[in-house]
Amino acid sequence: MSLEHFLQKAISSWMNEEGPDSDIVLSSRIRLARNFKDFSFSTLFSQEEAMQIINVIKDCLNDTDIPEVGRLEFLQMESLQPLDKLVLVEKHLISPNLAEDSPYGACLLSANEEVSIMVNEEDHLRIQCLYSGLQLNEALQRANALDDFIEGQIDYAFDEERGYLTSCPTNVGTGLRASVMMHLPGLVLTNQINHLIPAINQLGLVVRGIYGEGSEAIGNIFQISNQITLGKSETDIVEDLTSVVQQIIAQERSAREALVHTSDIQLEDRVYRSFGILQHARVIETKEAARCLSDVRLGIDLGYIKNISKGILNELMILTQPGFLQKYAGGPLRPHERDIRRAAFIRERFDLEKKDNSEGGNSL
Amino acid sequence: MICEECNERPATMHFTKIINGKKTEVHMCERCAQEKGEMFMLNGGPGFSINNLLAGLFNIDPGFQQAKANALPKTEVLRCIRCNLTFSQFVHIGKFGCAECYETFKDHLDPILKRVHSGNTSHHGKIPKRIGGSIHIKKQIKDLKQQLKQFIEHEEFEKAAEIRDQVRSLEKGADNVEGGGQQ
Repeated sequence: MSLEHFLQKAISSWMNEEGPDSDIVLSSRIRLARNFKDFSFSTLFSQEEAMQIINVIKDCLNDTDIPEVGRLEFLQMESLQPLDKLVLVEKHLISPNLAEDSPYGACLLSANEEVSIMVNEEDHLRIQCLYSGLQLNEALQRANALDDFIEGQIDYAFDEERGYLTSCPTNVGTGLRASVMMHLPGLVLTNQINHLIPAINQLGLVVRGIYGEGSEAIGNIFQISNQITLGKSETDIVEDLTSVVQQIIAQERSAREALVHTSDIQLEDRVYRSFGILQHARVIETKEAARCLSDVRLGIDLGYIKNISKGILNELMILTQPGFLQKYAGGPLRPHERDIRRAAFIRERFDLEKKDNSEGGNSL
Repeated sequence: MICEECNERPATMHFTKIINGKKTEVHMCERCAQEKGEMFMLNGGPGFSINNLLAGLFNIDPGFQQAKANALPKTEVLRCIRCNLTFSQFVHIGKFGCAECYETFKDHLDPILKRVHSGNTSHHGKIPKRIGGSIHIKKQIKDLKQQLKQFIEHEEFEKAAEIRDQVRSLEKGADNVEGGGQQ
């Protein structure tokens, strides 16, 4: 498979679209947790119940043109290869939990991968919408439309007092988790991030690395999400998060400005060194690749590097993960082989960018 | 830095604990940390999750323990009639077994929900359209009655009368919805 063809298939729309504030906010995501009224939760359900749930949701959604969403493709976990599952995890379309620990799991995906529904994960349904840039409201609207459509046909577990009932008490109420992925090199380089994270935590928000719970912030990418799901309306949760994110954006912008003013030539040097490594390295680990990609993306945002598309950070952060590399290679790779493949993949991707520029087009 | 426990070996493990919003920092050597059980976060591996923490939350809440002592004589086990999950199993795994569990364990949930959701125990968000029609009105009535009570307490009787009228007309409406079946 050619790289161009592979990329076409591998890229979800959020990765190369430019949503609002996409120089800092890579993506916005809304997740709604829902359960069916007449079945035990996934914690305890029998295989029979799990299969029934899959059939019910399949009847409701498969081959149906859903308003505002379109058609969804149905994928059952047990019929997927481990590598394909890993790729879905790396693209944030399903959780590691669904891929590894949910024998009766399934998911439904929209063609552009903006919408994904996980079935039989911790809750019967996890409706997710992923948008580029800061578009939490838009994502919420889409998730609500899908939620309404499903609720039109299936009885949810809902209680007057507690709201949408979920398997874990941390999700009860709205069942809503809103999260935003941010690239914050300015705040990291100026050491402000260490003060910022505790402040964000005090506002009832959680800061994590790129792959969610327990993952570290590689490539200066942070995920910020709400902690509280009960007692606040969906709109309030999204508005509160959005306003905090807007403040972080403002701080990141002023940190970048300060860096440009004070750093003389060091910042430009750092950007170009990383650019050099990415274009020429023969072996590169995930962490180094992430660090260099972050530098290059910053260089693009600050105007040091021209003629490279901004989406390259979002795209390569995901496509240089182990699952994708192995998928592209067509089979399992040992870690060292992966590092070689990763370097080659990144070089090829930058060459493609140059080729596009010389041809005058930048379509991918 | 020297270990706070043994005051001998250098402190190589640094923990930040946040309990009831109070932050404490602990610095220990590896051996003392292991003995004190502070290492569980590191050894927990992928199996460690929020649910293990929830079990912990139950144990440190005195109000809750009292409630448990009063409501549950030792011989009686609180068990969900639908999925058979017992209350102690729920505390252990930190997850409910089915929607009915919320009803079964109702009297014991407030402390934990308060902790997890910053003091909130009731839902203020979306209500499902199809099954939620009358719930929506009931909720409005409940909120208004709350306001009514406050106005009466503050002796603002004119405003209270206004609210009372609103409640009445809503109650009429709710009867109609319920009487006339689902729309």
